[in-house]
Amino acid sequence: MGGAPVRHPDGGRGIESNFMPKGRVSIFVTCIVDQVFPKVGLAMAEVLEHAGYEVDFPRAQTCCGQPAFNSGYRDEARQVARHFLDVFQGAEYIVVPSGSCAAMISHHFADLGLSTQNIEGRTLEFSEFLTNVAKVDDVGARYNATVTYHDSCHALRELKIKDGPRRLLANVKGLTLREMDAAEECCGFGGTFSVKFPEISGAMARTKIDSILKTEATTVVSIDSSCLMQLEGAIRRAGLPIRTMHLAEILASR
Amino acid sequence: MSTAPEKIKDTIANADLQKAIYTATGRLMSHRAASIAPDALDGYQELRTAAHEIKRHAIENLDYYLEQFERNVASHGGKAVFCADANDVADFVLDLAKKRGAHLIVKSKSMTTEEIDLNERLEHHNLESVETDLGEYILQLAHQRPYHIVAPALHMTRYEVADLFTERLGTEREVVIEKQTKIARSVLREKFLAADIGISGANFLVADSGAVVVVENEGNARLTTSAPKIHIAIAGIEKLIPRAQDLPLFLKLLGRSATGQAMTVYTSFLAGPRREDEIDGPDEFYVVLLDNGRTKLLADPMKRESLFCIRCGACLNHCPVYRKIGGHNYPWIYSGPIGKIITPQFHGVMHDPWLPFASSLCGACAEVCPVKIDIPKLLLQLRTEVVEAKSQEGQGGSERRGFRMYAWLMRHPKLFRIFGKIGAKFSPHPREGAWIRRLPRFMRVGPLRNWIAQRDLPPPAKKSFHDLWRKR
Repeated sequence: MGGAPVRHPDGGRGIESNFMPKGRVSIFVTCIVDQVFPKVGLAMAEVLEHAGYEVDFPRAQTCCGQPAFNSGYRDEARQVARHFLDVFQGAEYIVVPSGSCAAMISHHFADLGLSTQNIEGRTLEFSEFLTNVAKVDDVGARYNATVTYHDSCHALRELKIKDGPRRLLANVKGLTLREMDAAEECCGFGGTFSVKFPEISGAMARTKIDSILKTEATTVVSIDSSCLMQLEGAIRRAGLPIRTMHLAEILASR
Repeated sequence: MSTAPEKIKDTIANADLQKAIYTATGRLMSHRAASIAPDALDGYQELRTAAHEIKRHAIENLDYYLEQFERNVASHGGKAVFCADANDVADFVLDLAKKRGAHLIVKSKSMTTEEIDLNERLEHHNLESVETDLGEYILQLAHQRPYHIVAPALHMTRYEVADLFTERLGTEREVVIEKQTKIARSVLREKFLAADIGISGANFLVADSGAVVVVENEGNARLTTSAPKIHIAIAGIEKLIPRAQDLPLFLKLLGRSATGQAMTVYTSFLAGPRREDEIDGPDEFYVVLLDNGRTKLLADPMKRESLFCIRCGACLNHCPVYRKIGGHNYPWIYSGPIGKIITPQFHGVMHDPWLPFASSLCGACAEVCPVKIDIPKLLLQLRTEVVEAKSQEGQGGSERRGFRMYAWLMRHPKLFRIFGKIGAKFSPHPREGAWIRRLPRFMRVGPLRNWIAQRDLPPPAKKSFHDLWRKR
């Protein structure tokens, strides 16, 4: 695992010495990050700027519509998705700190009968943007801890994101990445599933946490704040000494 | 039932049962993974795609293949019998039993016969019908339904089986599995020899050869299909595959997906009754082709994909929900992800409207399905249908109003931000860095109450990203 850090034509001093932005990215921070975990959005913006991109935040953004879509309310989801498309019309790249929301936009807007021509291939989950577009595997971060990575389901299975976040983590100085045996198992969030079937959802979280505990990692990392909300909620309830961090927060640590 | 069964909580609270389910499904998962690894099998993904396409073709041309199959069964001296529903099947079997003076039936494992409660229907008419698959036999003694499509007694420990055998068979308490098998075998051997009729299911019906294919590991299906004078194979019409040459593909996928076996111990090809020069085999051979609602599914081009299923059980093993709630909390004998998509289609979405929602949509099922059924997509479709049906029946008003409000708010960003601020103001404020563990009484309702029942809740941020970005 782990490729060589990306070298730039300025002689390898790294990404900080760039004058001209490499491009402009519009960030969609998602409703949960906006309202509950704003630091994740700031961390993402910081990492993107550090990687040489100009960051634009379209202020009229709200939600991707997934809560309605997953609950069977397609008309309502379509209205929200249309609003999203209006807000992000003309964006060069749309970068999202969530595999689930990114998959909603890139995969399921089409299921709502919407034309996604304008955003196709340009809507990317945050780690996906770093590794595939910016071609950065090492953002120059430092974080002293043993961490384990939770594959969020939609990132893993819909966006096929598996190695990218691990490469980014492996290149963080001071960080040890330890795999858990149930890395690919769902945390039990599932949007409204978590409150429609609380007992099942809670039991799924606890199974996941057992797997995290076995790694002896002190921090669990994900690219989806909703998974982390579920896991941290259950971790706190159990009184366990494990932190949860979004990948962006780790990569913004110096 | 209209809501999820309360006993889900009991299943989750039962630590021994939880361990049994998690361990057994986990073992099946790792066996499968090893058997499809690149060093064990070439081109697994290509095989899945091919299987999906063949199933699609077969299902889209089912009328043609059913006729072809019927002709070929007849050419071997057998008879295909079309049955519309459970009553039709029971009538056919009862009628035949009456004509031939039959009293005892041996059965090999078949989910299709479970689907139509065949044993109960036959017993009601004083026909003894004995399950001969060990797991099914245990369940028949225990008066239970299969817990799992492939491993029906997955939830039972050998100690429970020991008690059951002592109680029902009067044998001495035996906790060693091999010895328990011996006990069952000695009882069942007598049944095989005395049986008048053998009933099996079918894993595949091969149209161009007229063969019924049955895979198994215990040899009981081979005995069931060859010892009694009369054999009846009962299969859903979706079991058809076009050609014998398609079989290797499906056999490669079925054993591996189900139990991680490259090939099951027995693979039987049944084509008609015993020929004159043959020693073994039945004198009469029937294949019951059961509809029981399947043609309803055929009508919908998207949802008919559910008929591609080859009943390997991989989606159950990999489903984090099945692994928590087990196989007896689903409304029908088909449990797990596949049960979640076929039950509402057979029974109508309003029969168990909660069912398609009991999923985190993690997609593990679709990832392991050997015929690539897009289960999450079908769940989403069924959710939409439940919402529509509820709307027509005047139900679900508050949820619908909630989502309308949500959609309206999300199209009005300024109001969304104001609402966010109001929410943050009224939310409980735990000490710095802490999450909410208790809600004020007026908030202890609906989703918030259900969240807090299991987990702490993060308080809304004092300043939203919008606020923080503006100040940057």
